[in-house]
Amino acid sequence: MSETAVPAGAPAPNSAPPRRRRRSRKKIGRRVLPWVVIAALFLLWQALVDALRIESFVLPSPSAIFTAGWHWRGPILQSAWQTFVETAIGFFFAIVFGLSAGIAIGSSSLIYDGFYPALVGFNTIPKVAVVPILIIWFGVGAIPAIITAFLLSFFPILVNVATGIATVEPELQDVLRALGASKWQMIRKIGLPRAMPYFFASLKVAITVAFVGSIIAETVGSNAGIGNFMLVASSRFEVPLAFAGLLVTGAMGIAMYAVAGAIERRMTGWALRGGMDIDTRS
Amino acid sequence: MKSFVELFEVSLRYGEDDDGTLALQDATMRVDRGEFVAVVGPSGCGKSTLMKVVTGLWPPSKGGVIVNGKEVDGPLSITGMAFQNPTLLPWRTTFHNVMLPLEIAQPHAAKLRRERASYESKARDLLALVGLKGFEDKFPWQLSGGMQQRASICRALIHEPLLLMLDEPFGALDMFTREELWLAMQELWLARRPTVILVTHDLREAAFLADRILVMSSRPGRIIAERTVELPRPRALSMTYEPYAVGLVQDLRDHIGAAREVA
Ligand SMILES: Nc1ncnc2c1ncn2[C@@H]1O[C@H](COP(=O)(O)OP(=O)(O)OP(=O)(O)O)[C@@H](O)[C@H]1O
Ligand SMILES: [Mg+2]
Repeated sequence: MSETAVPAGAPAPNSAPPRRRRRSRKKIGRRVLPWVVIAALFLLWQALVDALRIESFVLPSPSAIFTAGWHWRGPILQSAWQTFVETAIGFFFAIVFGLSAGIAIGSSSLIYDGFYPALVGFNTIPKVAVVPILIIWFGVGAIPAIITAFLLSFFPILVNVATGIATVEPELQDVLRALGASKWQMIRKIGLPRAMPYFFASLKVAITVAFVGSIIAETVGSNAGIGNFMLVASSRFEVPLAFAGLLVTGAMGIAMYAVAGAIERRMTGWALRGGMDIDTRS
Repeated sequence: MKSFVELFEVSLRYGEDDDGTLALQDATMRVDRGEFVAVVGPSGCGKSTLMKVVTGLWPPSKGGVIVNGKEVDGPLSITGMAFQNPTLLPWRTTFHNVMLPLEIAQPHAAKLRRERASYESKARDLLALVGLKGFEDKFPWQLSGGMQQRASICRALIHEPLLLMLDEPFGALDMFTREELWLAMQELWLARRPTVILVTHDLREAAFLADRILVMSSRPGRIIAERTVELPRPRALSMTYEPYAVGLVQDLRDHIGAAREVA
Protein backbone atom coordinates (compact mmCIF):
# COMPACT_ATOMS: atom_id res chain seq x y z
CA MET A 1 0.00 0.00 0.00
CA SER A 2 2.92 2.31 0.60
CA GLU A 3 3.70 2.21 -3.12
CA THR A 4 0.47 3.94 -4.18
CA ALA A 5 2.30 7.28 -4.15
CA VAL A 6 3.56 6.42 -7.62
CA PRO A 7 0.94 7.41 -10.23
CA ALA A 8 -0.41 4.45 -12.11
CA GLY A 9 0.77 5.62 -15.52
CA ALA A 10 4.26 6.67 -14.49
CA PRO A 11 7.05 4.18 -15.02
CA ALA A 12 8.46 2.74 -11.82
CA PRO A 13 11.80 4.39 -11.03
CA ASN A 14 13.77 1.22 -11.62
CA SER A 15 12.02 0.18 -14.78
CA ALA A 16 14.52 1.61 -17.26
CA PRO A 17 17.41 -0.85 -16.90
CA PRO A 18 15.34 -4.03 -17.28
CA ARG A 19 13.61 -2.56 -20.29
CA ARG A 20 16.91 -1.76 -21.89
CA ARG A 21 18.14 -5.24 -21.10
CA ARG A 22 15.05 -6.68 -22.66
CA ARG A 23 15.57 -4.62 -25.77
CA SER A 24 19.19 -5.73 -26.16
CA ARG A 25 18.12 -9.32 -25.73
CA LYS A 26 15.65 -8.74 -28.53
CA LYS A 27 18.48 -7.31 -30.61
CA ILE A 28 20.61 -10.41 -30.06
CA GLY A 29 17.57 -12.47 -31.01
CA ARG A 30 17.39 -10.59 -34.29
CA ARG A 31 21.05 -11.26 -34.98
CA VAL A 32 20.62 -14.96 -34.44
CA LEU A 33 17.34 -15.29 -36.30
CA PRO A 34 18.76 -15.47 -39.87
CA TRP A 35 21.10 -18.29 -38.84
CA VAL A 36 18.25 -20.17 -37.24
CA VAL A 37 16.23 -19.80 -40.44
CA ILE A 38 19.12 -21.05 -42.58
CA ALA A 39 19.76 -24.00 -40.30
CA ALA A 40 16.07 -24.86 -40.31
CA LEU A 41 15.96 -24.72 -44.12
CA PHE A 42 18.90 -27.09 -44.36
CA LEU A 43 17.33 -29.49 -41.88
CA LEU A 44 14.04 -29.43 -43.78
CA TRP A 45 15.89 -30.02 -47.03
CA GLN A 46 17.79 -32.95 -45.52
CA ALA A 47 14.60 -34.45 -44.10
CA LEU A 48 12.75 -34.13 -47.43
CA VAL A 49 15.56 -35.72 -49.43
CA ASP A 50 15.84 -38.56 -46.91
CA ALA A 51 12.11 -39.13 -46.62
CA LEU A 52 11.35 -39.02 -50.35
CA ARG A 53 14.56 -40.85 -51.28
CA ILE A 54 15.43 -38.28 -53.91
CA GLU A 55 18.40 -39.37 -55.98
CA SER A 56 21.58 -37.43 -55.32
CA PHE A 57 22.00 -36.47 -59.01
CA VAL A 58 18.57 -34.83 -58.93
CA LEU A 59 18.74 -33.02 -55.62
CA PRO A 60 21.61 -33.92 -53.31
CA SER A 61 21.05 -33.69 -49.59
CA PRO A 62 22.93 -31.04 -47.59
CA SER A 63 25.04 -33.73 -45.96
CA ALA A 64 26.08 -35.04 -49.39
CA ILE A 65 26.85 -31.51 -50.50
CA PHE A 66 28.95 -30.79 -47.45
CA THR A 67 30.78 -34.09 -47.78
CA ALA A 68 31.61 -33.44 -51.42
CA GLY A 69 32.54 -29.85 -50.69
CA TRP A 70 34.83 -30.84 -47.84
CA HIS A 71 36.48 -33.49 -49.98
CA TRP A 72 37.20 -30.99 -52.74
CA ARG A 73 37.85 -28.05 -50.43
CA GLY A 74 41.23 -27.29 -52.00
CA PRO A 75 40.01 -26.73 -55.56
CA ILE A 76 36.84 -25.01 -54.32
CA LEU A 77 38.75 -22.48 -52.25
CA GLN A 78 41.19 -21.90 -55.09
CA SER A 79 38.33 -21.26 -57.52
CA ALA A 80 36.54 -19.06 -55.03
CA TRP A 81 39.70 -17.02 -54.53
CA GLN A 82 40.09 -16.63 -58.29
CA THR A 83 36.52 -15.38 -58.58
CA PHE A 84 36.99 -13.09 -55.63
CA VAL A 85 40.12 -11.53 -57.13
CA GLU A 86 38.42 -10.99 -60.51
CA THR A 87 35.42 -9.45 -58.80
CA ALA A 88 37.57 -7.22 -56.63
CA ILE A 89 39.62 -5.92 -59.56
CA GLY A 90 36.54 -5.26 -61.70
CA PHE A 91 34.84 -3.64 -58.73
CA PHE A 92 37.85 -1.46 -58.04
CA PHE A 93 37.80 -0.10 -61.59
CA ALA A 94 34.04 0.32 -61.33
CA ILE A 95 34.54 2.51 -58.25
CA VAL A 96 37.23 4.60 -59.92
CA PHE A 97 35.28 5.05 -63.13
CA GLY A 98 31.82 5.24 -61.55
CA LEU A 99 32.93 7.84 -59.05
CA SER A 100 34.76 10.09 -61.50
CA ALA A 101 32.16 9.82 -64.24
CA GLY A 102 29.42 10.28 -61.65
CA ILE A 103 31.06 13.48 -60.43
CA ALA A 104 31.41 14.77 -63.99
CA ILE A 105 27.83 13.92 -64.95
CA GLY A 106 26.33 15.10 -61.67
CA SER A 107 28.06 18.46 -61.66
CA SER A 108 27.66 19.52 -65.26
CA SER A 109 24.31 19.62 -66.97
CA LEU A 110 26.12 19.77 -70.29
CA ILE A 111 27.92 16.48 -69.67
CA TYR A 112 24.72 15.07 -68.23
CA ASP A 113 22.68 15.91 -71.31
CA GLY A 114 25.40 14.67 -73.62
CA PHE A 115 26.36 11.38 -72.04
CA TYR A 116 23.49 10.18 -69.93
CA PRO A 117 21.27 8.85 -72.74
CA ALA A 118 24.21 6.94 -74.23
CA LEU A 119 25.04 5.47 -70.84
CA VAL A 120 21.48 4.39 -70.21
CA GLY A 121 21.39 2.82 -73.64
CA PHE A 122 24.62 1.00 -72.95
CA ASN A 123 23.33 -0.24 -69.63
CA THR A 124 20.30 -1.86 -71.21
CA ILE A 125 22.51 -4.22 -73.24
CA PRO A 126 22.49 -7.62 -71.51
CA LYS A 127 26.10 -8.05 -70.45
CA VAL A 128 25.98 -11.85 -70.97
CA ALA A 129 25.80 -11.10 -74.67
CA VAL A 130 29.06 -9.19 -74.46
CA VAL A 131 31.05 -11.98 -72.80
CA PRO A 132 31.67 -14.02 -76.00
CA ILE A 133 33.01 -10.90 -77.67
CA LEU A 134 35.28 -10.22 -74.72
CA ILE A 135 36.55 -13.79 -74.99
CA ILE A 136 37.28 -13.30 -78.69
CA TRP A 137 39.21 -10.14 -77.86
CA PHE A 138 41.06 -11.18 -74.72
CA GLY A 139 41.01 -14.97 -74.86
CA VAL A 140 39.84 -17.38 -72.21
CA GLY A 141 40.96 -16.30 -68.74
CA ALA A 142 40.56 -13.77 -66.00
CA ILE A 143 40.35 -10.63 -68.13
CA PRO A 144 36.86 -11.17 -69.62
CA ALA A 145 35.61 -11.90 -66.10
CA ILE A 146 37.16 -8.73 -64.71
CA ILE A 147 35.72 -6.66 -67.54
CA THR A 148 32.27 -8.20 -67.14
CA ALA A 149 32.36 -7.49 -63.40
CA PHE A 150 33.34 -3.91 -64.19
CA LEU A 151 30.69 -3.44 -66.88
CA LEU A 152 27.93 -4.64 -64.62
CA SER A 153 28.91 -2.74 -61.52
CA PHE A 154 30.01 0.73 -62.61
CA PHE A 155 26.57 1.86 -63.62
CA PRO A 156 24.84 1.77 -60.22
CA ILE A 157 27.81 3.62 -58.72
CA LEU A 158 27.79 6.25 -61.45
CA VAL A 159 24.06 6.86 -61.26
CA ASN A 160 24.08 7.17 -57.50
CA VAL A 161 27.04 9.54 -57.32
CA ALA A 162 25.60 11.67 -60.11
CA THR A 163 22.23 11.81 -58.35
CA GLY A 164 23.82 12.74 -55.04
CA ILE A 165 25.74 15.61 -56.59
CA ALA A 166 22.97 16.83 -58.88
CA THR A 167 20.46 17.04 -56.03
CA VAL A 168 22.49 19.25 -53.67
CA GLU A 169 20.08 21.71 -52.07
CA PRO A 170 20.30 25.19 -53.66
CA GLU A 171 20.52 26.69 -50.16
CA LEU A 172 23.75 24.84 -49.48
CA GLN A 173 25.08 25.90 -52.87
CA ASP A 174 24.30 29.49 -51.96
CA VAL A 175 26.32 29.18 -48.76
CA LEU A 176 29.39 28.30 -50.81
CA ARG A 177 28.69 30.66 -53.66
CA ALA A 178 28.34 33.53 -51.20
CA LEU A 179 31.91 32.80 -50.13
CA GLY A 180 33.16 33.02 -53.70
CA ALA A 181 33.80 29.28 -54.02
CA SER A 182 35.00 27.89 -57.34
CA LYS A 183 33.15 25.13 -59.15
CA TRP A 184 35.69 22.59 -57.96
CA GLN A 185 35.41 23.79 -54.36
CA MET A 186 31.65 23.43 -54.57
CA ILE A 187 32.06 19.82 -55.70
CA ARG A 188 34.63 19.05 -53.04
CA LYS A 189 32.97 20.77 -50.13
CA ILE A 190 29.33 19.95 -50.77
CA GLY A 191 28.85 17.77 -53.85
CA LEU A 192 31.06 14.91 -52.76
CA PRO A 193 30.14 14.79 -49.07
CA ARG A 194 26.52 15.01 -50.06
CA ALA A 195 26.94 12.16 -52.59
CA MET A 196 28.72 9.87 -50.14
CA PRO A 197 25.61 8.24 -48.65
CA TYR A 198 24.42 7.55 -52.20
CA PHE A 199 27.86 6.23 -53.16
CA PHE A 200 28.16 3.86 -50.23
CA ALA A 201 24.60 2.67 -50.69
CA SER A 202 25.40 1.88 -54.33
CA LEU A 203 28.44 -0.18 -53.33
CA LYS A 204 26.16 -2.84 -51.84
CA VAL A 205 24.38 -3.26 -55.14
CA ALA A 206 27.53 -2.88 -57.22
CA ILE A 207 29.60 -5.51 -55.41
CA THR A 208 26.79 -8.02 -55.80
CA VAL A 209 26.39 -7.46 -59.54
CA ALA A 210 30.17 -7.43 -60.00
CA PHE A 211 30.23 -10.88 -58.45
CA VAL A 212 27.42 -12.06 -60.71
CA GLY A 213 29.34 -10.63 -63.67
CA SER A 214 32.55 -12.52 -63.01
CA ILE A 215 30.68 -15.78 -62.45
CA ILE A 216 28.73 -15.36 -65.68
CA ALA A 217 31.96 -14.77 -67.58
CA GLU A 218 33.57 -17.80 -65.98
CA THR A 219 30.60 -19.92 -66.89
CA VAL A 220 30.58 -18.81 -70.50
CA GLY A 221 34.28 -19.22 -71.09
CA SER A 222 37.05 -19.62 -68.58
CA ASN A 223 39.26 -22.29 -67.14
CA ALA A 224 39.23 -21.11 -63.56
CA GLY A 225 36.97 -19.60 -60.95
CA ILE A 226 33.95 -20.84 -59.10
CA GLY A 227 31.69 -20.41 -62.14
CA ASN A 228 33.94 -22.68 -64.16
CA PHE A 229 34.17 -25.08 -61.22
CA MET A 230 30.39 -25.50 -61.11
CA LEU A 231 30.24 -25.90 -64.87
CA VAL A 232 32.86 -28.68 -64.81
CA ALA A 233 31.23 -30.41 -61.83
CA SER A 234 27.81 -30.47 -63.46
CA SER A 235 29.19 -31.62 -66.80
CA ARG A 236 30.63 -34.63 -64.93
CA PHE A 237 27.30 -35.14 -63.19
CA GLU A 238 28.91 -34.52 -59.84
CA VAL A 239 25.75 -32.79 -58.73
CA PRO A 240 26.62 -32.54 -55.00
CA LEU A 241 29.85 -30.82 -55.93
CA ALA A 242 28.05 -28.37 -58.21
CA PHE A 243 25.74 -27.58 -55.32
CA ALA A 244 28.73 -27.12 -53.04
CA GLY A 245 30.05 -24.52 -55.49
CA LEU A 246 26.65 -22.88 -55.47
CA LEU A 247 26.62 -22.65 -51.67
CA VAL A 248 30.11 -21.15 -51.64
CA THR A 249 28.96 -18.62 -54.23
CA GLY A 250 25.98 -17.69 -52.10
CA ALA A 251 28.12 -17.33 -48.99
CA MET A 252 30.61 -15.11 -50.82
CA GLY A 253 27.84 -12.90 -52.17
CA ILE A 254 26.34 -12.46 -48.74
CA ALA A 255 29.74 -11.74 -47.20
CA MET A 256 30.59 -9.06 -49.78
CA TYR A 257 27.19 -7.46 -49.32
CA ALA A 258 27.67 -7.45 -45.56
CA VAL A 259 31.11 -5.84 -45.81
CA ALA A 260 29.78 -3.13 -48.14
CA GLY A 261 26.86 -2.56 -45.77
CA ALA A 262 29.19 -2.24 -42.78
CA ILE A 263 31.35 0.28 -44.65
CA GLU A 264 28.24 2.25 -45.55
CA ARG A 265 27.06 2.46 -41.95
CA ARG A 266 30.50 3.49 -40.81
CA MET A 267 31.12 6.16 -43.41
CA THR A 268 27.77 7.93 -43.55
CA GLY A 269 26.82 8.22 -39.91
CA TRP A 270 25.68 11.81 -40.40
CA ALA A 271 23.05 10.81 -42.92
CA LEU A 272 21.73 8.10 -40.63
CA ARG A 273 21.97 10.48 -37.67
CA GLY A 274 24.21 8.14 -35.74
CA GLY A 275 27.86 7.07 -35.62
CA MET A 276 30.22 9.92 -34.85
CA ASP A 277 33.45 8.44 -36.07
CA ILE A 278 33.57 10.02 -39.48
CA ASP A 279 36.00 12.57 -40.78
CA THR A 280 33.99 15.73 -41.08
CA ARG A 281 36.52 17.66 -43.10
CA SER A 282 36.76 17.11 -46.80
CA MET B 1 30.38 59.58 -52.35
CA LYS B 2 31.67 56.86 -50.05
CA SER B 3 28.74 54.49 -50.60
CA PHE B 4 29.77 50.92 -50.12
CA VAL B 5 26.57 49.34 -51.39
CA GLU B 6 24.40 51.01 -53.97
CA LEU B 7 21.23 49.70 -55.57
CA PHE B 8 19.76 51.62 -58.46
CA GLU B 9 16.17 50.87 -59.48
CA VAL B 10 16.62 47.16 -58.99
CA SER B 11 13.77 44.89 -60.04
CA LEU B 12 13.78 41.13 -59.73
CA ARG B 13 11.30 38.68 -61.11
CA TYR B 14 11.55 35.02 -60.15
CA GLY B 15 10.97 32.82 -63.19
CA GLU B 16 11.54 33.57 -66.85
CA ASP B 17 8.13 34.67 -68.07
CA ASP B 18 5.96 37.62 -67.13
CA ASP B 19 3.80 35.63 -64.75
CA GLY B 20 6.76 34.87 -62.44
CA THR B 21 6.73 36.49 -59.01
CA LEU B 22 7.87 40.09 -59.08
CA ALA B 23 9.75 40.26 -55.78
CA LEU B 24 11.49 43.62 -56.11
CA GLN B 25 10.48 46.66 -58.10
CA ASP B 26 12.65 49.73 -58.52
CA ALA B 27 14.38 49.28 -55.19
CA THR B 28 16.90 52.04 -54.67
CA MET B 29 19.15 52.33 -51.64
CA ARG B 30 22.67 53.09 -50.55
CA VAL B 31 24.72 52.03 -47.59
CA ASP B 32 27.90 53.75 -46.51
CA ARG B 33 31.12 51.97 -45.71
CA GLY B 34 31.06 50.84 -42.07
CA GLU B 35 27.39 51.66 -41.68
CA PHE B 36 24.90 49.42 -39.90
CA VAL B 37 21.62 49.36 -41.79
CA ALA B 38 18.48 47.45 -40.87
CA VAL B 39 15.80 46.51 -43.38
CA VAL B 40 12.27 45.97 -42.13
CA GLY B 41 9.05 45.23 -43.98
CA PRO B 42 6.06 42.92 -44.13
CA SER B 43 6.60 39.19 -44.63
CA GLY B 44 7.13 38.15 -48.24
CA CYS B 45 7.97 41.65 -49.40
CA GLY B 46 11.33 40.70 -50.88
CA LYS B 47 13.83 41.28 -48.05
CA SER B 48 15.63 37.96 -48.51
CA THR B 49 15.56 38.60 -52.23
CA LEU B 50 17.20 41.95 -51.66
CA MET B 51 20.00 40.23 -49.73
CA LYS B 52 20.56 37.77 -52.55
CA VAL B 53 20.73 40.54 -55.11
CA VAL B 54 23.27 42.53 -53.09
CA THR B 55 25.57 39.51 -52.64
CA GLY B 56 25.28 38.61 -56.31
CA LEU B 57 23.58 35.27 -55.70
CA TRP B 58 20.70 36.31 -57.97
CA PRO B 59 21.18 38.68 -60.86
CA PRO B 60 18.62 41.49 -60.90
CA SER B 61 16.18 41.49 -63.82
CA LYS B 62 16.57 45.25 -64.15
CA GLY B 63 18.75 47.91 -62.60
CA GLY B 64 22.23 47.75 -61.18
CA VAL B 65 24.02 46.88 -57.97
CA ILE B 66 27.37 48.35 -57.04
CA VAL B 67 29.35 47.03 -54.10
CA ASN B 68 32.74 48.37 -53.09
CA GLY B 69 32.95 50.44 -56.26
CA LYS B 70 32.32 47.56 -58.65
CA GLU B 71 29.22 46.49 -60.52
CA VAL B 72 28.05 43.17 -59.10
CA ASP B 73 27.88 40.47 -61.79
CA GLY B 74 28.37 37.31 -59.74
CA PRO B 75 28.70 36.11 -56.15
CA LEU B 76 30.91 38.39 -54.06
CA SER B 77 33.69 36.96 -51.98
CA ILE B 78 33.96 39.84 -49.52
CA THR B 79 30.67 39.02 -47.86
CA GLY B 80 29.67 36.99 -44.86
CA MET B 81 26.08 35.90 -45.03
CA ALA B 82 23.75 34.41 -42.45
CA PHE B 83 20.73 33.07 -44.27
CA GLN B 84 17.20 33.03 -42.93
CA ASN B 85 17.52 29.26 -42.45
CA PRO B 86 20.65 28.04 -40.67
CA THR B 87 21.80 26.05 -43.77
CA LEU B 88 24.58 24.26 -41.91
CA LEU B 89 26.25 21.43 -43.81
CA PRO B 90 24.79 18.30 -42.20
CA TRP B 91 27.97 16.22 -42.53
CA ARG B 92 30.09 18.72 -40.62
CA THR B 93 30.19 19.32 -36.91
CA THR B 94 29.31 22.76 -35.57
CA PHE B 95 33.00 23.59 -35.32
CA HIS B 96 33.82 22.53 -38.87
CA ASN B 97 30.78 24.35 -40.18
CA VAL B 98 32.14 27.54 -38.67
CA MET B 99 35.57 26.82 -40.16
CA LEU B 100 34.12 26.48 -43.67
CA PRO B 101 34.58 30.11 -44.82
CA LEU B 102 38.25 29.96 -43.82
CA GLU B 103 38.75 27.05 -46.18
CA ILE B 104 37.34 29.02 -49.10
CA ALA B 105 37.54 32.78 -48.68
CA GLN B 106 40.87 34.46 -49.40
CA PRO B 107 43.26 35.42 -47.91
CA HIS B 108 42.37 32.94 -45.15
CA ALA B 109 42.32 29.81 -47.30
CA ALA B 110 45.94 30.36 -48.28
CA LYS B 111 47.02 30.92 -44.68
CA LEU B 112 44.88 28.22 -43.09
CA ARG B 113 47.48 25.48 -43.22
CA ARG B 114 50.15 27.50 -41.46
CA GLU B 115 47.93 29.30 -38.99
CA ARG B 116 45.40 26.59 -38.29
CA ALA B 117 45.85 26.78 -34.52
CA SER B 118 45.09 30.49 -34.29
CA TYR B 119 42.13 30.19 -36.66
CA GLU B 120 40.74 27.28 -34.70
CA SER B 121 40.97 29.09 -31.41
CA LYS B 122 39.22 32.04 -33.04
CA ALA B 123 36.38 29.78 -34.14
CA ARG B 124 36.08 28.37 -30.63
CA ASP B 125 36.03 31.86 -29.12
CA LEU B 126 33.30 32.90 -31.49
CA LEU B 127 31.21 29.84 -30.65
CA ALA B 128 31.68 30.54 -26.95
CA LEU B 129 30.57 34.13 -27.52
CA VAL B 130 27.20 32.98 -28.84
CA GLY B 131 26.85 30.40 -26.06
CA LEU B 132 27.76 27.28 -28.00
CA LYS B 133 30.72 26.24 -25.88
CA GLY B 134 30.67 22.47 -25.50
CA PHE B 135 28.68 21.94 -28.71
CA GLU B 136 31.61 22.26 -31.10
CA ASP B 137 31.67 18.57 -31.96
CA LYS B 138 27.93 18.12 -32.30
CA PHE B 139 26.31 17.73 -35.69
CA PRO B 140 23.65 20.23 -36.77
CA TRP B 141 20.81 17.81 -36.16
CA GLN B 142 21.96 17.51 -32.56
CA LEU B 143 21.41 21.25 -32.03
CA SER B 144 18.17 23.11 -31.49
CA GLY B 145 16.95 25.47 -34.21
CA GLY B 146 18.17 28.52 -32.28
CA MET B 147 21.55 26.94 -31.68
CA GLN B 148 21.90 26.18 -35.39
CA GLN B 149 21.03 29.79 -36.09
CA ARG B 150 23.76 30.98 -33.72
CA ALA B 151 26.29 28.66 -35.36
CA SER B 152 25.34 30.10 -38.72
CA ILE B 153 25.97 33.63 -37.37
CA CYS B 154 29.45 32.49 -36.34
CA ARG B 155 29.99 31.16 -39.83
CA ALA B 156 29.07 34.56 -41.27
CA LEU B 157 31.51 36.36 -38.99
CA ILE B 158 34.55 34.08 -38.81
CA HIS B 159 36.37 35.41 -41.87
CA GLU B 160 35.85 39.05 -40.84
CA PRO B 161 34.05 40.03 -44.05
CA LEU B 162 33.86 43.64 -45.18
CA LEU B 163 30.15 43.26 -45.84
CA LEU B 164 27.95 41.37 -43.44
CA MET B 165 24.53 40.29 -44.62
CA LEU B 166 22.27 39.03 -41.86
CA ASP B 167 18.82 37.73 -42.77
CA GLU B 168 16.75 37.52 -39.59
CA PRO B 169 19.64 35.92 -37.73
CA PHE B 170 18.05 36.23 -34.30
CA GLY B 171 14.55 35.23 -35.39
CA ALA B 172 14.57 31.77 -33.84
CA LEU B 173 15.84 32.85 -30.41
CA ASP B 174 14.19 33.67 -27.10
CA MET B 175 14.26 37.30 -26.04
CA PHE B 176 17.08 36.96 -23.52
CA THR B 177 19.44 35.14 -25.87
CA ARG B 178 18.49 37.58 -28.56
CA GLU B 179 19.39 40.59 -26.42
CA GLU B 180 22.64 38.96 -25.42
CA LEU B 181 23.49 38.53 -29.08
CA TRP B 182 22.53 42.12 -29.86
CA LEU B 183 25.16 43.22 -27.37
CA ALA B 184 27.70 40.81 -28.84
CA MET B 185 26.84 42.04 -32.32
CA GLN B 186 27.25 45.66 -31.33
CA GLU B 187 30.61 44.89 -29.74
CA LEU B 188 31.83 43.10 -32.87
CA TRP B 189 30.63 45.89 -35.08
CA LEU B 190 32.27 48.59 -32.97
CA ALA B 191 35.51 46.62 -32.95
CA ARG B 192 35.83 46.04 -36.69
CA ARG B 193 33.29 48.31 -38.30
CA PRO B 194 32.13 46.08 -41.15
CA THR B 195 29.29 47.30 -43.32
CA VAL B 196 26.18 45.48 -42.11
CA ILE B 197 22.80 44.95 -43.69
CA LEU B 198 20.42 43.31 -41.26
CA VAL B 199 16.95 42.07 -42.14
CA THR B 200 14.67 41.80 -39.15
CA HIS B 201 11.04 41.68 -38.08
CA ASP B 202 11.91 42.97 -34.64
CA LEU B 203 11.69 46.76 -34.67
CA ARG B 204 13.32 47.06 -31.24
CA GLU B 205 16.23 45.09 -32.63
CA ALA B 206 16.48 47.43 -35.59
CA ALA B 207 16.38 50.45 -33.29
CA PHE B 208 19.03 49.01 -30.99
CA LEU B 209 21.51 47.88 -33.60
CA ALA B 210 21.16 50.06 -36.68
CA ASP B 211 22.39 53.48 -37.68
CA ARG B 212 19.64 53.68 -40.23
CA ILE B 213 16.44 51.73 -40.80
CA LEU B 214 14.94 51.16 -44.24
CA VAL B 215 11.28 50.25 -44.58
CA MET B 216 10.16 48.14 -47.51
CA SER B 217 6.76 48.14 -49.13
CA SER B 218 4.81 44.93 -49.52
CA ARG B 219 5.60 42.87 -52.61
CA PRO B 220 6.92 43.94 -55.03
CA GLY B 221 9.38 45.42 -52.60
CA ARG B 222 10.68 48.96 -52.71
CA ILE B 223 12.22 51.19 -50.07
CA ILE B 224 9.39 53.46 -48.98
CA ALA B 225 10.79 55.10 -45.87
CA GLU B 226 14.02 55.66 -44.04
CA ARG B 227 14.79 56.58 -40.43
CA THR B 228 18.09 57.48 -38.87
CA VAL B 229 18.57 56.21 -35.34
CA GLU B 230 19.96 59.05 -33.23
CA LEU B 231 21.21 57.03 -30.30
CA PRO B 232 24.79 57.29 -29.04
CA ARG B 233 27.05 54.27 -29.08
CA PRO B 234 27.72 52.00 -27.36
CA ARG B 235 24.02 51.55 -26.75
CA ALA B 236 22.47 49.93 -23.69
CA LEU B 237 19.47 47.65 -23.87
CA SER B 238 17.50 50.00 -21.63
CA MET B 239 17.63 52.65 -24.35
CA THR B 240 15.16 50.66 -26.38
CA TYR B 241 12.53 51.37 -23.70
CA GLU B 242 13.18 55.10 -23.57
CA PRO B 243 10.76 57.48 -25.29
CA TYR B 244 12.95 58.12 -28.32
CA ALA B 245 13.24 54.46 -29.28
CA VAL B 246 9.63 53.73 -28.42
CA GLY B 247 8.51 56.59 -30.64
CA LEU B 248 10.74 55.33 -33.44
CA VAL B 249 9.36 51.81 -33.17
CA GLN B 250 5.83 53.19 -33.18
CA ASP B 251 6.56 55.23 -36.27
CA LEU B 252 8.07 52.25 -38.11
CA ARG B 253 5.15 50.10 -37.07
CA ASP B 254 2.73 52.54 -38.65
CA HIS B 255 4.70 52.53 -41.88
CA ILE B 256 4.75 48.76 -42.14
CA GLY B 257 1.09 48.62 -41.19
CA ALA B 258 0.29 51.06 -43.98
CA ALA B 259 2.40 49.05 -46.41
CA ARG B 260 0.44 45.91 -45.53
CA GLU B 261 -2.87 47.71 -46.03
CA VAL B 262 -1.94 48.55 -49.60
CA ALA B 263 -1.29 44.89 -50.43
N1 LIG C 1 13.56 31.06 -55.29
C1 LIG C 1 12.37 31.63 -55.50
N2 LIG C 1 11.66 31.32 -56.60
C2 LIG C 1 10.46 31.89 -56.83
N3 LIG C 1 9.91 32.81 -56.04
C3 LIG C 1 10.56 33.18 -54.93
C4 LIG C 1 11.83 32.60 -54.60
N4 LIG C 1 12.25 33.15 -53.44
C5 LIG C 1 11.28 34.02 -53.06
N5 LIG C 1 10.26 34.05 -53.95
C6 LIG C 1 9.10 34.92 -53.89
O1 LIG C 1 9.53 36.24 -53.80
C7 LIG C 1 8.78 36.96 -52.84
C8 LIG C 1 9.70 37.60 -51.83
O2 LIG C 1 10.36 36.59 -51.10
P1 LIG C 1 11.43 36.91 -49.99
O3 LIG C 1 11.95 35.61 -49.52
O4 LIG C 1 12.41 37.86 -50.51
O5 LIG C 1 10.54 37.57 -48.86
P2 LIG C 1 10.97 38.13 -47.44
O6 LIG C 1 10.73 39.59 -47.43
O7 LIG C 1 12.33 37.68 -47.10
O8 LIG C 1 9.91 37.45 -46.48
P3 LIG C 1 10.08 36.96 -44.98
O9 LIG C 1 10.09 38.18 -44.13
O10 LIG C 1 8.86 36.14 -44.74
O11 LIG C 1 11.35 36.19 -44.92
C9 LIG C 1 7.80 35.98 -52.23
O12 LIG C 1 6.53 36.24 -52.78
C10 LIG C 1 8.26 34.63 -52.68
O13 LIG C 1 7.16 33.83 -53.01
MG1 LIG D 1 13.11 36.39 -45.81
